Amino acid sequence: MRLKNNALALDATDYKILEALQEDGRQTYTAIGERLGIAHSTVYDRIKRMEQYGIIKKYTVVIDAEKAGAKSITAIMTVYTDPKESEKVAEELCKAPEVLEVYTSLSEELQIIAKVVAENQENLHMFIANSVAPLSGVLRIRTSMVTKKFKETQIFNV
Amino acid sequence: MNAETISKGLKTVPREKAFYFFTSIGNYTGVSASSLKEFMERINDVNVKSLEFHLYRGDFEKWIDEVLEDKDLAVGVRKLQKFNLSGETLRNQLYATVSRHLKWLTSQI
Repeated sequence: MRLKNNALALDATDYKILEALQEDGRQTYTAIGERLGIAHSTVYDRIKRMEQYGIIKKYTVVIDAEKAGAKSITAIMTVYTDPKESEKVAEELCKAPEVLEVYTSLSEELQIIAKVVAENQENLHMFIANSVAPLSGVLRIRTSMVTKKFKETQIFNV
Repeated sequence: MNAETISKGLKTVPREKAFYFFTSIGNYTGVSASSLKEFMERINDVNVKSLEFHLYRGDFEKWIDEVLEDKDLAVGVRKLQKFNLSGETLRNQLYATVSRHLKWLTSQI
């Protein structure tokens, strides 16, 4: 592990630790150390350092909403915006609990792509009509309802 | 209809209370109206699918009643639902209903 321009430069061992944590964030330093053939104290030091530098942002839990009994629909919403206002629109979307993810994309026009959840189609529509369409800079909106999920993972191949 | 009701029907509402035209759930056309006059103008140029979508969901009458506070026009627009109108016929009938009412409101000032 080296420090480069005040940023943390990761080595192969760090990446292996990250891989292990992505598979199971609750495993012990000892278990990770044994798996990688290094001391648990080394694992501890490296994880703490990666936490300090924000490489490990947080430890969370992945919930199967369906099994948890949550009745909800998911939609992918594309918001076409005035380029001058897009940053503001994206920030406003981030504040809404219905919005899970927000990205910007530039193809022919500047777009904001967001993953939205709602209890049902009517609530989804009301959210978009009352909270998204009125935002200054929104030019138009296209929304696609998710009908079947084929893959969803949090694991990033480091 | 008293003077207060007439002036409410002719008011311009803030952005968050405007009517936003959608063609289906979550699909916003980019067209909106902040007053009855603007609403009438938009009826003429918005995608006709949007008029069909909102009329049969009761969105027009709800906005006219709750935001513009014009019960008479809300009732008039609701009545159009009974005729199962679509396409340009719907556009023409809706425009006629709104423009007639707007003309009357304006004449009362």
